[in-house]
Amino acid sequence: MANTMARSFLQVAAAEEVAPPLRVVQIEGLVMLKIIKHCKEFSPALVTGQLLGLDVGSVLEVTNCFPFPIQEEDEEIEADGANYQLEMMRCLREVNVDNNTVGWYQSTMLGCFQTAELIETFLNYQENIRRCVCIIYDPSRSNQGALAFKALKLSDSFMDLYRSNNFTGEKLREKNLSWVDIFEEIPVKVSNSALISAFMTELEPDTPVTQRDYDRLQLSSSPFLERNMEFLIECMDDLSVEQQKFQFYYRSLTRQQAQQQSWLQKRRDENKARKAAGEEPLPEEDPSNPIFKPIPEPPRLESFLIANRIANYCNQINGVTGQSFSRLYLTKALHDN
Amino acid sequence: MAASDRTVLQFGPSSAVTSNITAKVHPLVIFNISDCYVRRPDQAERVIGTLLGSVLPDGTVDIRNSYVVPHNEFSDQVALDIEYHHTMLKSHLKVNPQEVIVGWFSTGLGVTGGSALIHEFYCREVPNPVHLTVGTGFRNGEGTVKAYVSVNLSLGDRQLAAQFQEIPLDLRMIEAERVGFDILKSTSVDKLPSDLEGMEVLMERLLTLINDIYKYVDDTVEGHAVPDNSVGRILSETVASLPKLSPPAFDKLVNDSLQDQLLLLYLSSITRTQLSLAEKLNTAAQMP
Repeated sequence: MANTMARSFLQVAAAEEVAPPLRVVQIEGLVMLKIIKHCKEFSPALVTGQLLGLDVGSVLEVTNCFPFPIQEEDEEIEADGANYQLEMMRCLREVNVDNNTVGWYQSTMLGCFQTAELIETFLNYQENIRRCVCIIYDPSRSNQGALAFKALKLSDSFMDLYRSNNFTGEKLREKNLSWVDIFEEIPVKVSNSALISAFMTELEPDTPVTQRDYDRLQLSSSPFLERNMEFLIECMDDLSVEQQKFQFYYRSLTRQQAQQQSWLQKRRDENKARKAAGEEPLPEEDPSNPIFKPIPEPPRLESFLIANRIANYCNQINGVTGQSFSRLYLTKALHDN
Repeated sequence: MAASDRTVLQFGPSSAVTSNITAKVHPLVIFNISDCYVRRPDQAERVIGTLLGSVLPDGTVDIRNSYVVPHNEFSDQVALDIEYHHTMLKSHLKVNPQEVIVGWFSTGLGVTGGSALIHEFYCREVPNPVHLTVGTGFRNGEGTVKAYVSVNLSLGDRQLAAQFQEIPLDLRMIEAERVGFDILKSTSVDKLPSDLEGMEVLMERLLTLINDIYKYVDDTVEGHAVPDNSVGRILSETVASLPKLSPPAFDKLVNDSLQDQLLLLYLSSITRTQLSLAEKLNTAAQMP
């Protein structure tokens, strides 16, 4: 009996290596309010902060957070920033707050958050923590009446590929990785302690129609759509620049190969002549010849990120136009009555 | 003393000012306090902490943030961890230099003797601190949040006591917080509603509202319900505020906006097709 129990304990301890995939991020209402407040106060500047919580099975619980100060110069702030973090964590630990970093949050402007820095930060975090998420909050979309919270995570396949620095076309084709696979969005669940919900319900009783509904019913969505379109146009320009780089690369590659072929041909003819004359044939390859220098392939990461951004804008536009349809039809019906 | 025969108990000269002070509190503060109360160490009965915020130009105290400070309470004495308080204050100020100390809070109803001592400590930091009590007991099924300011009672030149006077308190929310508010009220929500679902809920609510109003008007006309003049006036104002446009003009407006939206939708679909094409070109192209 003791043997089987010991073995099963060992098995369990050994089996802990395999973590169940992250399925849901559970945020406390407190964290949401803090993030909203912080991002709103400093908008349009972009702000970041740290998330604290617990990692339980397939749920990542976020129970507290604290904001980072905005850094102006880069020189002495490195040490300052680390100090600030340590101090905050220490102080929060004294009041029994979960002291575990589980990720960070950042605010964004109309959804252009997919940058190379995000990926870098993710990789930095991933080295220390097994599971981390990034929460993106968009204060400009909240003015339209939607709660724009998103939890993101880098997908595992992308991370492996990126770490091995093997971001070339063949590898990508091998793994069948396209731009949709870089980021994975995780569903968000909100939870509150009973005390808090009791307080809130008492302080603000349920009204049939809330302010949020008034915000949603606003007919004018054109400023938001205009800004979205502007960003979309910029991104398309960037995408076309990247595509031109690729075209250039392919063209030079073709040219190089043609040059190699002709050089090889000449060498072969020379060798034949030499054999006829009874001399040593020259080698068929000449690494010192600049024709044979491999041309570096342009990085594909940027174009992937741009593709992600464009998709995001398109989604947003779709969402807002869908809403406007409903609003317009509503007004029409009201007027007819 | 000769003058003490007819000395009248005076309230401090600042009473005129204190009667104008109101406090506005953000729900984040209440969330924070409840969370800290739930996490308090087992032997502590209540939690005490600092309130941060700002004083608006019209005298209102705007309470925006808070943090809890560990403390120990014996029968008559209270020990507050002052260094912790200063460290947290510094950290918070780094993020938001406009949020300064405006007072302190404690859970548990009523103001006790120990609170006066703590209040004195905070008086040294800030000229007129506001004391917030958050009643977590929920006796009678009610949770109460009250705010107090301290007023000095003095007799002639001697100071007798400090009296805690209640000031009006207002729960105030910024618009973005309002957006998620009904999510925050329940104990758990399974997923954040997307745009279209929100619209659906909203339409249903509007429909119920309109139905209710209809019923009320019908009842009043037929004499079943007591007519209320103010409600009637508001209703007629609402109906009259619909802009009076001739039907063709209105139709044109609506159709124009519809067409704009359709155009945008079409554009975004084209962009997505373009994206998938570009992606194929970038990765699937193979060189011989």
